[in-house]
Amino acid sequence: MALPQVKQTATEERLNALTLPEGGWSAVARADALARVRAMGLPNARDEYWKFTRPQTLVQAYVPNAPVFETDEAPVFKDVDRLKIVFVDGVFDADASDDLSAVENVSITRLAEGGDIHWASALYGTLEARGQDPVDRPLAALNTAFATDGVLVHATGVVSRPISFIYLQNSDASDAILHHCVKVDAGCEVTILESGPAAARYNTCLETDIADNATLHHVRTQGRDHDRRAATANFARLGKESTFKSFTLTANGVLTRNETVIELTGDDAVAHVAGACIGDGDFHHDDTVFVTHDAVNCESRQVFKKVLRNGATGVFQGKILVKEGAQKTDGYQISQSLLLDEDSQFLAKPELEIYADDVACSHGSTSGAIDDEGLFYLRSRGVPEGAATDLLTLAFLAEAVEEIEDETLAEEIGGLIETWLMRRRG
Amino acid sequence: MLEIKNLHVSLEEEDKQILKGVDLTVEAGKVHAIMGPNGSGKSTLSYVLSGRDGYEVTDGEATLEGEDILEMEPEERAAAGLFLAFQYPVEIPGVSNNVFLRTALNAQRKARDEEEMSAGDFLKTIRAKSKSLKIDADMLKRPVNVGFSGGEKKRNEILQMAMLEPKMCILDETDSGLDVDAMKLVSEGVNALRDEGRGFLVITHYQRLLDHIKPDVVHIMADGRIVKTGGPELALEVENNGYADILAEVA
Repeated sequence: MALPQVKQTATEERLNALTLPEGGWSAVARADALARVRAMGLPNARDEYWKFTRPQTLVQAYVPNAPVFETDEAPVFKDVDRLKIVFVDGVFDADASDDLSAVENVSITRLAEGGDIHWASALYGTLEARGQDPVDRPLAALNTAFATDGVLVHATGVVSRPISFIYLQNSDASDAILHHCVKVDAGCEVTILESGPAAARYNTCLETDIADNATLHHVRTQGRDHDRRAATANFARLGKESTFKSFTLTANGVLTRNETVIELTGDDAVAHVAGACIGDGDFHHDDTVFVTHDAVNCESRQVFKKVLRNGATGVFQGKILVKEGAQKTDGYQISQSLLLDEDSQFLAKPELEIYADDVACSHGSTSGAIDDEGLFYLRSRGVPEGAATDLLTLAFLAEAVEEIEDETLAEEIGGLIETWLMRRRG
Repeated sequence: MLEIKNLHVSLEEEDKQILKGVDLTVEAGKVHAIMGPNGSGKSTLSYVLSGRDGYEVTDGEATLEGEDILEMEPEERAAAGLFLAFQYPVEIPGVSNNVFLRTALNAQRKARDEEEMSAGDFLKTIRAKSKSLKIDADMLKRPVNVGFSGGEKKRNEILQMAMLEPKMCILDETDSGLDVDAMKLVSEGVNALRDEGRGFLVITHYQRLLDHIKPDVVHIMADGRIVKTGGPELALEVENNGYADILAEVA
């Protein structure tokens, strides 16, 4: 079907501003992805899937400036023993990064290194392409076609240290397209961390292929860089008895769209995706999640919590699709907002689509204010109003943070939320 | 310690006067009890003193050690030494008892320009104080009052009181929802805190709590006023004859 003229024009405008990298082994995947982008067209405000979030500034060629965020805060995950991989404005920085071969049981190569043969050619763009059905994700296809950097991580054992992607922004007008692939072999385990402002505008894609009995933990922070615009897409495919747990903490940012697409293809697999977000003022944060159950006895959990004030907007679109034959599915989804004033809003679209008859799926969505009774109780014990509100806010976000399995990382995130709340209070 | 003069209070939302001129003085070292029928304004008095929203003071004053407390925020009243043991302690999911109490204790200390208590000292102190109230370490780690039984909630109130060491304690129907054993435990906790420098105001429907926490002075409250004041024998009179006789007598 031909695209509407407006959409086609907007898409071509953006494509004209981009250069297809020399792909080497990834050239075919990139060409395919480009064809997908042309067929789908980049999103506009009329798309149902973008009903609550305006894609214009993520799509257009022009990058709205985002001043580099200055902070004296300690780097996130500072005390975690990890392998650091640094990207500055979306470009790998070898000097700032650790030796990529410093950790056992994992091979890490740079996407931009090229070459004609690579294990990742079977993965790069594959999960993204699968994730285009039944809902179009053109920004992810755009990413596959034009990604200039990123890493390809292959875990061939239990990886003892987390692999940490650290993003730094150096230029007010930087526009980064990063694509990472993570392949976890059967029975293997790895933790991926992401932190920092990648660029003034960034589009990141993470494809994770988790084989039978394998485990992937993913913990990400999107920090207080106020003016960034971000579109991220995480695709996960899970084999039999495998585990995928992903958590994202977001604070500030004028526009953030985090998409997570999970496909449970092997029996007895477990996928948890969670997010906590703190929005203040000119802030728009969108969590869009699509979980497909295509195997027996799998468990999925979506836990999203947003604290909003001063006109901030939170969006949640979460879907659980249970395919025919995916019996004994255990699907859970909760999205909640804590609205600290009447100017803020939370828009939620929880969906279930079930084609199996022996499943347990539940979803819930709530919006509420700070509990006055709780607030008074705390104040009557001597806790000042601001601190009492923070304590209740932390408690509200705790359910999402608890989804992080590793205690050290959970504490790190809890501490970060506390710091960010205190800074916000001034 | 606590001095209330001619206190008039109405509800903010509706034009309804609840307290119609309460006069009451609680001296340091003394336990005063307020008894009275439902709707007499007992709980309103406790809420107004602790600073809950929704009430408007239309006349009169209340001072703690000479300081006007009605103008203070609830947290300032707490730091000044006022403590209300709630009739219905509030559940706070996600905040552990330990965090809650340590935050409160150190916030009060900070407000009084005192040094904050270290994590180690705090744990030592809370362990010692929770033991006699039969509150175990597990309960301290659990979220405040969530899933607690009625008795556990009230014991938790007394633990908070013991930790915060207020000068003036108001107990709002602390006996409600307690069985005999729990009442004994709670009362022992309160009695352990009786001290020359501390005042108590015990609000209750029934005399039985006063068997355990022996008051020095008993007040009868009706229709927003203290209508009769006497010694502990006044509580027995209520127990034996109900409020009707007393109310008829003062009418």
